[in-house]
Amino acid sequence: MTTRVGVLQFPGTNCELDAIHAFEVLGADCELLWHGSASLNNVDVVIVPGGFAHGDYLRTGAIAQFSPVMDAVRVFAAAGGPVIGICNGFQILCEAGLLPGALQKNAGMKFRCEMTELIVASARSVLTSDAEAGQRLCIPINHFEGNYTCDAATLASLQSEDRIVLRYAMNPNGSIDDIAGICNEGRNVVGLMPHPERACETLLGSTDGAVLLRGVLATGLRH
Amino acid sequence: MARFAVRVDISHLPGVADPQGATVERALPALGYANVSELKISKSIRLVVDADSPDAARAQVAEMCERILANPVIEAYEISLSELAVS
Repeated sequence: MTTRVGVLQFPGTNCELDAIHAFEVLGADCELLWHGSASLNNVDVVIVPGGFAHGDYLRTGAIAQFSPVMDAVRVFAAAGGPVIGICNGFQILCEAGLLPGALQKNAGMKFRCEMTELIVASARSVLTSDAEAGQRLCIPINHFEGNYTCDAATLASLQSEDRIVLRYAMNPNGSIDDIAGICNEGRNVVGLMPHPERACETLLGSTDGAVLLRGVLATGLRH
Repeated sequence: MARFAVRVDISHLPGVADPQGATVERALPALGYANVSELKISKSIRLVVDADSPDAARAQVAEMCERILANPVIEAYEISLSELAVS
C-alpha cells in the first residue's frame, strides 16, 4: 500500500512542489489539491505547505481559512485524518481554528532563514510518531511571522496535555515556551514553522526531516 | 436604509508583543526624539456599509471583525461610524 498525500495549493503557495518531491522520494503518491476544490480526492494525508497564501493579505492565513478546500480539511481532520501545516500552513491552521493560538511577527523584526536545531518534545502526534522524545533534529526555518503566541490558559493546556511536539533548542523568533510545533487534542493535526521537506536529502545539508515525514506516511496508511 | 462610513482600528491585545512598534520607537532617539514612549502600530480598515440603523451597522461590522477582519487571539478592534448623506 502506498500512502496518498494531498498537498494544498492556494494562490501564493510556494512550497508545494518541495513537499511533493520530499514525499515522493519517501515512496508516497502525491497530488496537488487546488484551494477552490471542495474535495480532497480521498487522500490519506493532507499537507498545508508554506508560502504566502492569498498574498498573506490582512494577516497570514486570514483569507486562506475561507477557501472552499478548507471545509473539506475540517471534515477530514474531525474524522481523525492527518493534517500537517508547515510554516504558512501552520498559520492557516491557526486562523482556521484547527489549532489554538496565533503566529505573530518575529521578536526583533527579523526575517529568519537558517538551519535550526529542534528538540522533539512529544512523540505522540502524527508528525513525530517515528521520532523519540528528546531527539534533536536539524531542520531549516524560513519565516517572518513564526512567533507563536497564545493566552496563558491555552499554553497551560498545551503543556499539560503534551501537545507541544517540537521546541527550538535556540529560540529564533520569540515563540512562547520555545514552541516550534503543536498538535490538536486528537494529535492528528500538527502545525510547525520549520520545513522538514527541505531537510530530507544530504545535498540540502540535513536528512533529519525524513523521520517526521515518514511518521506522517505511516499514520496516513493506518488512518 | 442608511449608509454609514465605518472605520475599524485593529491593535494588539494588551500583553501581545508589538515588535514593529518597538523597533520604530527605538529608531526615534537617533533622530533626536528621546521623549517618545508607548509607540504602537495598528491597522485601520475603512469601509461603507448600508444598514437600517447605526446599531445594525455596528453589529454587522463587529461580526465581520470576529470572523475575518481581526484575529481575536492577538488583536483588539474598535469600530467608529458616521452616517453618510445618501444622494
